[in-house]
Formats: sequence, structure tokens, C-alpha cells
Amino acid sequence: MSFLSKSPTMRGAMVGLSLVFAMLQPAAATEGVSIFTDTSKIVAIGGSITEIVYALGEEKRLVARDSSSRYPKAAFDLPDVGYMRALSPEGVLSVNPTGILALQGSGPKEAVDVLKKASIPFIEVPEHYSREGILEKVRIVGKALGADAKAEVLARDLDARLTAAEKQTASIKERKRVLFVLSVQGGKILAAGSDTAADGMVKLAGGVNAVDGFSGYKQMSDEAIITARPDVILMMSNAGPPVSDDELFGNPSVASTPAGTARKVIRIDGGYLLGFGPRTAEAIHELAVSLYGAQVTD
Amino acid sequence: MVDQSIAGPVKVMANASEGDRSGRARIVILLLCLGLAAAVLLSLTSGASDASAVNVLRDWLLGAVPGDAALSARDNLIVYDIRLPRIILGMLVGAALAVSGAVMQGLFRNPLADPGLIGVSAGSSLGAVAVIVLGTTVLAPVTALFGTLALPLAAFFGGLATTLVLYQVATRRGQTSVATMLLAGIALAALAMALTGILIFMADDRQLRDLTFWQLGSLGGATWQKIGSVGPIIILALAAMPFLARGLNALALGEATAGHLGIPVQRLKYTAIIGVSAAVGASVAVSGGIGFVGIVVPHLLRLLIGPDNRYLLPASALLGASLLLLADAVARTIVAPAELPIGIVTAVAGAPFFLWILLRKRGVIDL
Repeated sequence: MSFLSKSPTMRGAMVGLSLVFAMLQPAAATEGVSIFTDTSKIVAIGGSITEIVYALGEEKRLVARDSSSRYPKAAFDLPDVGYMRALSPEGVLSVNPTGILALQGSGPKEAVDVLKKASIPFIEVPEHYSREGILEKVRIVGKALGADAKAEVLARDLDARLTAAEKQTASIKERKRVLFVLSVQGGKILAAGSDTAADGMVKLAGGVNAVDGFSGYKQMSDEAIITARPDVILMMSNAGPPVSDDELFGNPSVASTPAGTARKVIRIDGGYLLGFGPRTAEAIHELAVSLYGAQVTD
Repeated sequence: MVDQSIAGPVKVMANASEGDRSGRARIVILLLCLGLAAAVLLSLTSGASDASAVNVLRDWLLGAVPGDAALSARDNLIVYDIRLPRIILGMLVGAALAVSGAVMQGLFRNPLADPGLIGVSAGSSLGAVAVIVLGTTVLAPVTALFGTLALPLAAFFGGLATTLVLYQVATRRGQTSVATMLLAGIALAALAMALTGILIFMADDRQLRDLTFWQLGSLGGATWQKIGSVGPIIILALAAMPFLARGLNALALGEATAGHLGIPVQRLKYTAIIGVSAAVGASVAVSGGIGFVGIVVPHLLRLLIGPDNRYLLPASALLGASLLLLADAVARTIVAPAELPIGIVTAVAGAPFFLWILLRKRGVIDL
């Protein structure tokens, strides 16, 4: 199929065709998914959920957001009900919501229990760090808001863009080894292992996660960093105090890696890079270009 | 280290002005009662939402009131299911932490003693973190059996287990050495923290965030169910503590003297330790780490009413309850509709205040 998708016209036709197909047949992913009976006052919990609501053009339904919802800028005008994992039941109730649309892992459980007791429908949107995961989120959010058709259009569009972004690195032979560094504290590197958004993004952009052998974010030993041999360090540009190149490469083990000798570090906005939402196709492209430059093909 | 604020009862008893002092203590306690009532009212009527406690109270008194039924139901939920359990839990935890601090300081005859020192808090934290991190794997049967109560129960038994080990270590031939207990408490706390560290290392990102918030402390998870599970433990422990007052006063003269005065010293120590670990274990279990209440409240009160434990313990309970309610009111309104962890509020308010107390006392005691 790859020879087909190289032609833009053909790809457009395929997208169009699949769109028609999708209209006729509801996507299996959203079967059995809840729908809000009243969608007039929704609280969005989780950056990517808020982004999807805006991308669907349904932002007029939002009455509040959580503190991880920092895009688009307009979202800052909404009241902030706090960090998604530390919600306060009365705070959420104070905005009089008719429904809560929350990313997987929102809580705590007690707050959710109280909100359910208040008969406020609570829909949890699962998260997987993959293309399918993003499409599933879009469809579930759309379905919950009664905007299935719009969501299907958005999902198909995103699917096409994500597939295209992934394919841009398909012909690259030499894969870059990428070390995602969450933070540098006292010279210690906190790096992303498997089952992380960073791991998912590196793979989608045609890279290889230099970390092998642990999941989640863990502190890495100096020797493990040397054996990981990263070609590139990837970091978030706006999370916590900025880590300068000198501080990063001041760590002798980091300095000794290919990334260290070339002083190659990529910094990308955290919500954009790790959100797995409507902007992820662009983020994949941006990361791929940063990794491979001109080798990235359209 | 000579601490006159605790060695004080000697002088107080010998002093002709004892009547003045107890009279003053009674007035202070009365004022503290009024203060607590005011704190309860303030907590009941303030919050992120505009729910009016007055309307709800009227609803309760008059039964159903005609009018906006939907809003009334919402107000009822906010006041009855969110604010009220939180207030009760806040009072219980505040009183438990403050009284435990006062008892520990009396027992160890050391103004720096607090429940954290004998490892109760560290043991409780270990239990709670174990449930957060292992709740879906090794401890899955436990969480399946106890549900949301698994965490408070694990924290409670973690604290209690630490205390019992400690007591075994410090007791030889029926005699408990307070000094050994203090040192062993430091060792056990270090061990519990190391084990917690292993769990933190094993934790995934979500669990890490959960346990960070847990360690910062919050009364946010207050439910009637939680009050039902830890309330009786705290109330029982608080009810036992006034009986310690005379013993603790005598203990200030030294163990031998207290024994000669007819105080059953061994039983006193045992009751105090079990009571404190039960009260603190239960408090940490439901509210996470809330610092400074246990150390600031008794110190402040000793300045006001002197060191007599007969007044100090009830006054500590009242002031601890009031202060925690006020801290919680700040925590849940200052960044509304979001909420600050209460441990942040008590530390930010408590630490500078504690320094101020120390500076004021410098002329009195040589720390």
C-alpha cells in the first residue's frame, strides 16, 4: 500500500472514500461508549481532551478545564479546577457542570465518587500512546458530546495526517537512538523507558528509544547512559526550570555519548510533544525533521 | 537539655499563684472552644462553590423546603457530603496530631519530640505507599477486599506495627527505656523510609504522582465512610489521653520520682505510646502527611497557659482542631476551583511561626 499512498491524489481519494464509509458505519471503537445527556456545561480534564474539544469546535460547551490543559490559548480563560490527579469535588461542582470528560487516570477516586453521587456523568477517556489511541480519544470525546459526525471527520483527517507523518521516515535506514530526558536533578538523569508518551513519540517519528530495560520514567545510572549510546537527547522545553546545554552535557556520561560529542539536544513543548492529541501529527513531523533533517520525505 | 517549660509543674505546684494559672487556663480553654465553633462555622459556610450552609441547615431543620429542589439537593450534597465530613475529619486529625505532639513531648521530656520521631508517621507512610504502588499487583487481593479503605488500613497498621516493634526493642525486663525508644525510633523511621524509597523506585509515573500528592497531605478524600473507619480509633485514643495528664506532670520530675509519687510509670508509657500511634496512624492514614501541627500547637499553648498537662492536653486538642480547620479552609479556597494540599499550608504557616516561638522562648529555655 505504500506505493499508493505516495501519490497525494490517491491518498486524498482514499481518505474521502474511507470517510464516506465511516459515515455509513459507526466506528467499532466507540461502541458502548457513554454519551452525555446534557452537553451544555462540560469540564475537560487532561490537555489532549481539551484540545480535542476545541478541534471539534465544541468549546462553547466547556465551563472549566484542568491545569494540564494549556492549549489552545483560549483555554486559559476557563476556570482551572486543578491538576487532573488532584481534583477537588467542591471545586468541580462550583462550576455547575452537566458532564465531566476526563483523561484516563483522573482522580482521585474519592472526588470522582462524590461527583457521581451528585449525578454528574463522568466519562473517562482511555489513553494509548499510538496513532489508534489518538483516534479512539477523538471518537470517544465526539460521541460523548453528541458530535459523532464531526469527530469522525476529525479522526479520519488525523488518521491521514498521522499515517503520513509516520511514513515520512519510512525510508530512513539508520535510525537515531533517542534518549528522552524528563529532568536533570543534581546531574542525575531521569529518562523515559517503555510505556511512556515519550517512547511512543520517538517511535512514531522513526527513532529508537535509547533506553531499554525499564518502563516509565526512572533515574538512569551513568553507565547505563553510556551503554544506551543516544545520538540525540530529547527534552521538554517548558517543564520546570530550564536545563541548559552546559548542565546537560556537563554530566560526563552524557558527554561521552554520540549525542554529547555532537551536543545534539532537541527541546519541544511538553503538551505538544507528549499530548497525543490533535497536534501530534505536526509534533511527529517536527521531531522527525529535528532528527533526520532533509532525509524526511513527503 | 533542661526544659523549664516542661519541668515547670514543679514550680507550679509549689507556687502560691497556682490558682491564677489554672484560672487563666480555664479561660483560655473556654476561648478555644468558642474559636473552634467559629472555625467550624467558617468552614461550613466557605468553599469553592456558593452553596449556602445556612440554607442547608434550614432544610435539615424544616425537612423539605419548597422552592428550587435541584439547587437544594446540590447544596445538600456539598454541605452534607463534602464539607461536613471534611470538617469532622479535620477536627479529629488536628486534635489527634496536636495532642499526640503534647503527649510525646511530655513522655520524652523533650520539647522537640513529635510522633514523627518514634517512626509512627514513617511506618504509616510505608503502608500507604505500599498500597498505592502494589495495589494492582502483589497487594491486589487486599485492595479487592477493602476497596478504598485498603490505603487507610494499611497506613494504620504500618504505624502500629512500627510502634510495636519499637516497644519490643526498647523494653527489657518490663522496663521501657525512653532513650532507647527514641534512638530505635530514628532507626525504624530510617528503615521505613528506605523501604518506601524502594517502592517509590518501583512506582510508575501515575503512582509517583499519586504518592507525591498523598505525601503532601489532604483532607480532600473525606467521606462518612472514612470517618466511620478511623473516627472511632482517634476518638478512643483522644479520650484516653486526659488520663495521662497527671502521670505526665509527675514524669517531668523524672521516672524514679514519678514512681515514688505512686504513678504506674510503665503503664503510663505503654498507654501513651499505643494511644499516640493509634491516633497518629489513623490520622496519617486518612489525611497523608500533615506536618507542624503536633509541634507548634503544644509549644504555643505552653506560652499561654503553662506546662500543666491537665490543661495542656485538652487545649491542644481544641487548638489543633481549629488550626487544621482554618488551614483546610485556606487550602480549599485560595486557588479555587482547584485545591492546595493542606500539608503545604500547615508547613508554610507553621514553620515561620515555630521559629517565632523559638525566638520568644530563647530567654526562657536554652535550646
